[in-house]
Amino acid sequence: MNEPEENAGRIEVRVPMSGVFYRSPAPDQPPYVEVGDVVKKKQVLGLLETMKVFQKIKSPSNGTIVEIVPNNETALKDNDLVFVLEKG
Amino acid sequence: MFSKILVANRGEIAHRIIRACRELGIRSVAIYSEADRDSLHLALADEQVCIGPPVSAKSYLNMEGIIDAARRTGVGAIHPGYGYLAENAAFARACEKAGIVFIGPTPDNLHLAGDKLTAKRIVQEKGVPVIPSSPSGVGSVAEAERIAEEMGYPVMVKASGGGGGRGIRMCQDRDMLLEEFPIARMEARAGFGNDEVYIEKYIVHPRHIEFQILADRHSHVTHLGERECTIQRRYQKLIEESPSPALTPELRGRMGQAAVAAAEAVRYVNAGTVEFLLDGDGNFYFMEINARIQVEHPVTELTTGIDLVKEQIRLASGGELDYSFDGIQRRGWAIECRINAEDPDRNFLPSPGKIESYRPPGGFGVRLDTHLYQGYELPVFYDSLIAKLISYDLTRDGAIRIMRRALQEFRIAPIKTTIPLHLKIMDDSSFQRGDFDTGFIERFVPDEDDDE
Repeated sequence: MNEPEENAGRIEVRVPMSGVFYRSPAPDQPPYVEVGDVVKKKQVLGLLETMKVFQKIKSPSNGTIVEIVPNNETALKDNDLVFVLEKG
Repeated sequence: MFSKILVANRGEIAHRIIRACRELGIRSVAIYSEADRDSLHLALADEQVCIGPPVSAKSYLNMEGIIDAARRTGVGAIHPGYGYLAENAAFARACEKAGIVFIGPTPDNLHLAGDKLTAKRIVQEKGVPVIPSSPSGVGSVAEAERIAEEMGYPVMVKASGGGGGRGIRMCQDRDMLLEEFPIARMEARAGFGNDEVYIEKYIVHPRHIEFQILADRHSHVTHLGERECTIQRRYQKLIEESPSPALTPELRGRMGQAAVAAAEAVRYVNAGTVEFLLDGDGNFYFMEINARIQVEHPVTELTTGIDLVKEQIRLASGGELDYSFDGIQRRGWAIECRINAEDPDRNFLPSPGKIESYRPPGGFGVRLDTHLYQGYELPVFYDSLIAKLISYDLTRDGAIRIMRRALQEFRIAPIKTTIPLHLKIMDDSSFQRGDFDTGFIERFVPDEDDDE
């Protein structure tokens, strides 16, 4: 395998507005992603519910999930950090 | 008549009901979530009860908590408003069991209206035309896929227990269906506490026309004319008016008759709405019965002079319907613009935040139903409808002029609202001619993709 790049890209995914964060498409379903998952650009990582409207939170690039910051169903403020990815 | 009513809702409709109660000499009880401590409906009501945390599922959808609040405050009836528990048969039954009158249709009516497929079948048996759809709820993506293939795209995924345009997703092709299906279910569960969805054939560019129904407990049913609700975005109505510029007296007569037939077929009681799609050739199709007071009820009130919320209360307490459509004095034209906390320039994304600056419109021919005030912070947990601006005049042209003037006066800042979009529509020559279909809004918001 390749050695990790010295400037391995750390990518932060933040919410575009305040809302309630959901990790899965439904309470009885598994989360969209877990830490360690390899994700593709535009892949859905979670949902944000603002005033009853659900927005998909999508991955800005290909990479690996290294951190999921808030718990499921947390009320977030505009620009709160949700996911940390390592570019890959 | 009741001496005290609990209002199981929030926002402008809570105000609407509390005001009707006050005029009738009925005491009102407001309920609120922890996120709504600063909401204005608490100030207007006679009593206030906190019923839970911010998330609707634990507050405004908390049946036990609401029934408990009703018992503790000793109310004779509960008015559910629209949304939340308004069309929940289990809630209406729970009220009945607790000896509290549910101001609205019977539990059986609600069950049937919620079961849109059965409602369609019953109505169809009475000779009312309907839109093709899946015969029952669709439980999996695979089943949805199969039905959609048979029916032919485009199709709609609709919440069986839904209404108000929520929980509906239009799918042009298979890929869209695969992605949207689970989200439609999620929205259905979040909005209505029931994740059953069904598939319906999408009729391209129709008009959306609905008829207001009133029915008492003594088998009298009448309609109060139509509302034109064609101007929508993503099945959310933006502008409603009454009468409709599309109906001739002859077509109004036939559709009104079909609406009454539909209500009678399901033995409907209290206020309700029968929704139709009208295609370009004058064919109309029954869609569903909305078993509640609707957001757009004011345009009917202004053109008929009948206070629908007071009628709901009167009919729920056993009052008799002693008039019919032909006997009422219909007059003038009313238009409603829904002011949402959404940014029309950013694909209608919600725009929560604090109302720093607020200047409401007024004057002749203007009605404003809203829960806003200067300094109010819009919670992220609830609907983005923040005001209903209604204009009334003797002619449609006059109502448009009043609406344009009122929209220009209306200032809400710094959040984004749909006011600038409504102004553009009032200035549009097709709108002014009354010449539009459900695709009208695409001219103003060409990019309907919210995926980016």
